[in-house]
Amino acid sequence: MSMINYASREINCKLVYYGPGLGGKTTNLEFVYNKVEPGSRGKMISLATETERTLFFDFLPVDLGTIRGFKVKFHLYTVPGQVYYNASRKLILKGVDGVVFVADSQIERMDANIEAMQNLYENMSQHGYDLTRIPFAIQYNKRDLPNAAPVSELQAALNPGWPVEEPARQRVLPDPNRESEFLVSQLDGQWIERAPYFEAVALTGDGVFDTLKAISKNVVKTLG
Amino acid sequence: MSGSSSWSFREEDAQAIQGILTGFLAESNARTALIVDRTGQMVATVGETPRFDPTAFASLTAADFSANDQLARMLGEPEFGALFHQGERESMYLADVARRVILVVLFDNRTTLGLVKLRVKSAVGQLNQVFTDMFSRDGTSAPGVASEFLGEAEDEIDKLFGA
Repeated sequence: MSMINYASREINCKLVYYGPGLGGKTTNLEFVYNKVEPGSRGKMISLATETERTLFFDFLPVDLGTIRGFKVKFHLYTVPGQVYYNASRKLILKGVDGVVFVADSQIERMDANIEAMQNLYENMSQHGYDLTRIPFAIQYNKRDLPNAAPVSELQAALNPGWPVEEPARQRVLPDPNRESEFLVSQLDGQWIERAPYFEAVALTGDGVFDTLKAISKNVVKTLG
Repeated sequence: MSGSSSWSFREEDAQAIQGILTGFLAESNARTALIVDRTGQMVATVGETPRFDPTAFASLTAADFSANDQLARMLGEPEFGALFHQGERESMYLADVARRVILVVLFDNRTTLGLVKLRVKSAVGQLNQVFTDMFSRDGTSAPGVASEFLGEAEDEIDKLFGA
């Protein structure tokens, strides 16, 4: 959970972009960096290889301004997509407040997406965190490519949902971002919750801010 | 709790830490002492105001320390309790505090590594006490943010990231 610093009146929240290699995590951050007013963001740091593959992480602090006397900041991180950097992927998840999984929509990348998703669940649980209990969103990137898989297929593979055990939460929850779809619903007598999802083309910025808005609002809700 | 454990940092904590670090800087002749949370957030800065971007510095420090923690485990050590980075003029010394935060000391040739190391030891001992108390009380009496906070935060998010 985020740290509330009552001495400096600051609240810092950590958002991590996770996903397979070359899926567009860094591109998401670069778009945010270029579009947010310079006064509202800090320096972007990329620890990358010479070929611009993320080696350790990218980091971008974004300043939400002062709210009720608290300076609220989001710290955006990406992890390296390549599997052999798993040790550093795991380190970045430490203290995470919200996760965005950036999936590569291309059919050929389906296995890489699934592997990265499993790896995310594993790394979260090794830290003792439960992905189904913290703000989590999925972004289907590269929707403009001709070989993009249908969203329904991506949803079935990457976002099939998890059972809702608490009786208080067993009620229909509409997806605020799309009509006639649900985040919590009943399937074959079982209550299921899915992560909110967004379609995106990170290179042009389509869907980048929709994803960021949704995850940051959900993180802010956990502060109360 | 599903996520990482939360903690809050109060005015009296800041004063206690400020007192310990001010004493440490006077005794060691180091320039600046910083406390960075292991998740990459700056908690406190005492001494000369650094000229670099503190937010970026904190995230890199935490990453540096975490990476070295993993290297220690590979060597069969539970941890490296301290790290030292030597520059031509500026150097930094990092030490673990209560397994949750990192003390970073910036110093130049007005002092020596030996003196810094010697003085860090007692500062870390005192800081350990302060942070251990802070973490053990959390979740019991930390005041929450105001209820109007949420609505206003959502408005700001819409403004900043486009409605």
